[in-house]
Parts: sequence; structure tokens; C-alpha cells
Amino acid sequence: MKIAIASGKGGTGKTTLSTNLATFLGESQSTVLVDLDVEEPNSNLFLQGELLRKEDKMKMIPRWDSTSCTLCGECVENCNFNALLCIANEILVFPNLCHSCYACSELCSLGSLPMEPQKMGELSHFLAGDIEFVEGRLNIGEEQAVSLIAQTKKYVDQHFDDETIKLFDSPPGTSCPVIEAIKDADFVILVTEPTPFGLHDLTLAVETTRILGKEFGVVINRYGMGNEDVVAYCQRENIPVIGKIPHLIEAAKLYSAGKLIYKEIPSFKDEIEKIALHVKARFQGAAQ
Amino acid sequence: MKEIVVISGKGGTGKTSITAALASLAKESCVVVDCDVDAADMHLLLQPDFDHKEDFYSGVLAHIDPDTCRNCGRCAKVCRFDAIVLQNGRYVVDELSCEGCGYCEKVCRLNAISMNERLAGAWFASQTKYGSDMVHAKLGIGAENSGKLVAKVKKEGKAIALAKNKSLMIVDGSPGIGCPVVSSLSGANFALLVTEPTLSGLHDLKRVYEVVKKFRIKAGCIINKADLNPEVCAQIEAFLREESILHVKSIPYNKAFTQAMVEAKTITEYSNEPLKKLLEESFETIKNTLGV
Repeated sequence: MKIAIASGKGGTGKTTLSTNLATFLGESQSTVLVDLDVEEPNSNLFLQGELLRKEDKMKMIPRWDSTSCTLCGECVENCNFNALLCIANEILVFPNLCHSCYACSELCSLGSLPMEPQKMGELSHFLAGDIEFVEGRLNIGEEQAVSLIAQTKKYVDQHFDDETIKLFDSPPGTSCPVIEAIKDADFVILVTEPTPFGLHDLTLAVETTRILGKEFGVVINRYGMGNEDVVAYCQRENIPVIGKIPHLIEAAKLYSAGKLIYKEIPSFKDEIEKIALHVKARFQGAAQ
Repeated sequence: MKEIVVISGKGGTGKTSITAALASLAKESCVVVDCDVDAADMHLLLQPDFDHKEDFYSGVLAHIDPDTCRNCGRCAKVCRFDAIVLQNGRYVVDELSCEGCGYCEKVCRLNAISMNERLAGAWFASQTKYGSDMVHAKLGIGAENSGKLVAKVKKEGKAIALAKNKSLMIVDGSPGIGCPVVSSLSGANFALLVTEPTLSGLHDLKRVYEVVKKFRIKAGCIINKADLNPEVCAQIEAFLREESILHVKSIPYNKAFTQAMVEAKTITEYSNEPLKKLLEESFETIKNTLGV
């Protein structure tokens, strides 16, 4: 069972929900938390653990082999991303623009652009108390997160069985990295806050999730801080609100120090428990 | 004309509220640009009139003509994005997965595949409720190339600023450290980093500052919700000193950020005198640094 935790707007509490929910679920069930917000991965700040494994993650980039190349320029024409440039007597490769589509390399009849791995980030796998935790982390300067997200998901598929609940902490927004993060989830939890920004970005996230044909529910974080418009919107759209996490300055303080909130605030724990029950019911439903 | 770009790495630090406040202080002297095209929110505070709209096309998308296609599957074999899928026994393009590389088109012997322009979103040139010019955009769902849309809105903003002789362009930047934020920063004179004293805030600030450094531009920082965690706040201040980043201001946690938003106002409009003053001082500090 794969559950993606996403939100249109950044800073609504995806990581707070991910880390608290994963740890809570882990008390009674095999659980892995996967941080797919590879540009700014934060879940590790809340989970202390023992590193089990670390891997460099690569993307494939063409390397120009000057000895066989006749400078015909076909590769430059075959690249739709302007990642190759022919100047004077050489072909320049711009790795940041390359999408690793292989067209230049495989369509070169002389084999002058072999694809070679280049490090784009790291994957780390931890044992953190009762749960396992996998994080993808993009190198600074890398601009394309999608491939690293795909590779991190693949690692999880290979290392965890169907008996494990898999929670994916997804990147914010509605563009390609989010699509990659949630496209094979069985259920999506959209985290929002009860403010005009939260509502506006929630409507975008709902639209995205619907286009992907995913089942989803909403968790309202910092409930009580703004107004009731998010609740009204969910009612109108028949979207289940599966949790309302109260707005508490104490919770914000615990978050700021990298602590798990449900362990210290009972009213917060009640809502996490409610969301966990919802997740477990789905998990059991899927298993039958 | 000087360009201020506001970024944060982490979401939810108050970046857009602070950008909108600066824009409301600058009034007609500035052009406002919203580069957070993926989840644009600033229009909720500045209420632009959406006067001029243009569709934004970026990149291409493969299309298989079912009448010409003989279902040989060569295209699906070369596609590295799993974007060509079998549907009821026929190969079709999964538009959300297609990155537009065009490899499939090149290997199709029957020329059944065409690459068509992709509608990636729309951008708008507007007047805000303050009478300032604003350029903003809406990215299509699941579209890629948000970096290119960011570049487009910035280019349009700059053209307006130059044509109307404005002294400032205030840009609400994109989150993260990837391609949209790189586009947001390109050409800027000043990067304003908005952070909060949480471990994630500090972590993301450090990562995004690595990106800022590559541009060799002046940077300043506003620590929002500064009283939330004095210990982390001190760590942020130490980081700013280490990196010679101008500490523009520390703003204590204030409910006015949310209340102003609920009333569709900027925080300087909603007021609450001490908060308004902190923002006015911040704006003065930034302007002095830029010599505006």
C-alpha cells in the first residue's frame, strides 16, 4: 500500500504529518517513510536513525568522443532540449539541460556520444526506531528532480514487500516532480491549512490528483488559525476530510526543534490516530 | 532598474506575504512579478485585474496518428520515460509522462508520430489594486518547464519596468532549489531570503543559499516568526554572519499574517503598527543597499 502525502502549497505540514504518522503507524505495523521532496528533504531532521545503506544516484549523460566524431551535427538537431552545441571543432554537452532521453547517443551512427553516469544525488536508507526511512537528496546545482524521485521509488519497490505501509513525503506544487511522486500511489493525502493561500493551492492539488485518477482525502493542519472556507470547499466537492490537526503554538515549537509532536501533545495524537485508522482501514481493504 | 527576488527554500515561511507587503510599500514605483507559477498566491493579496492574458506554449508533446500507426512498438522501446503505453492493444502517448524529447518521432518508419506544441499555462499582465503593474502566471497541471514560464514572466516584467521607467522590480520567487528557482534568480540584483527559526527552515536556507552564491549577487535575510525558537534563531544569525548575508530584520510571530490574508489584504495594509514599521524599515534597508 502506497500513500502519498502531498500539498499544492509548501509549508502546510506535509513533513510534520509524514514523520508523525509514519512513526505512529510503525508502533503497530511495518512502515517505511520515503522522502521524495528531493530538492529540500526535511524528514530526516525529525527521525534519528542508524544508516543502513547509502547509494550515489546517477543520471545518464552523453560524453563526446572526439576521436570518432565527424562533426556532422546530427546530434545537435536530435536534441530537443538544447543540451548539445556544436562550436568550431567540438560538441559541447550541457548536463543540466539533458533529460537523458538517449536520442543523441543512440541515433549517432558513429557512436560518438556514449552515455555515461553522472552523480545527481544520494539515496540513504535508515532504521529509525520502529520504522525504516528512505531519503532521496538532490545535489545542489542539479535542476531536474524527476529522475531521482523515480529512482528512489524503484529502490523502495525492490526493498519492501506488500505487507509494509509505504508513506511518500512528496514535493510541493503541481508540476512534474509531484506527478512523478504520486502517480503510482494507492491513496493520496492532501495536506492544507485553513487560509486563503491554503485553499487556493488545495484546489490546484485536487485538480492534479483528479487528473491522475487517484483516490484522496484532505488533512487540515493548523485547524483554527484562519477561516472555515477549506471545510466548506471539501463539503461542496464531496472530499473526505480525514483529519483536522489543531493550531497550537506548542506544536510549532516542537516542530522547530525537530521533535515528533504526537508524543507530547495528546490532542495532536488524537488526530494522528484518526488518520492512522483511516490509512489502516484502506490497507486492510487492499489486502483482502 | 533594480530587481529584488524573494525566495525561501522552504514553503510556509511567509515569503509571499512579505513580498506583497514590499510591493504595497513600493506602490507604482515598482513592477511586481509572481514567479511562484506552480502555486501562485500573490494575486489573492494584490488583486490584479487579469487585464491581458496570453497562452504559454513550451516544449512539445508526441502524438501518434492511429490511422498511420501499424503498432510496431519501436517508439515504446526507445522511450526512456515510459510515455508510450499500450491501451486496448494500441500504442498511445501518456501526455503526463512525455517529456517531448522526440526520439519516438525519429525512429518511426511510417512517420505516424508528430511533435506538437504543448500548452504549458498562461501568463497575465495586470494592474494591482495599488495601480502598480504586475506580471503573473498559471502553470498547467503536471506541466514541466516551469523554469521557462518563470523566465517568461520575468522577461515580460522587465520589459514593462524598462518601458515605464520603474526603479524596482519585486519578484516572488519559486520554492525549492531546482530549475524554477534558478530561473527566478537569473538577472536579479538582490536576493531576499525569508526563513523561520525551525530546523527545516535553517536546513533549506542553507541549501538555497548555495544556489544564490552561484549568481554572485547581494543577499539579505528576514527571519520571520523569530521568537518561535531562540536557539535555532541564534544558529540562523550565526549562519548569516558566517556567509556575510545582510540580516535585514527579525519579525516576531504575528497572527496578522493570517488575518490579513483572510481579509485579502497585505500585512502593511492590515496594519498593526509595530509590524508595519518592521516591514517599512526592511524595505528601506534593502533600498539603501541597492542604492535606489
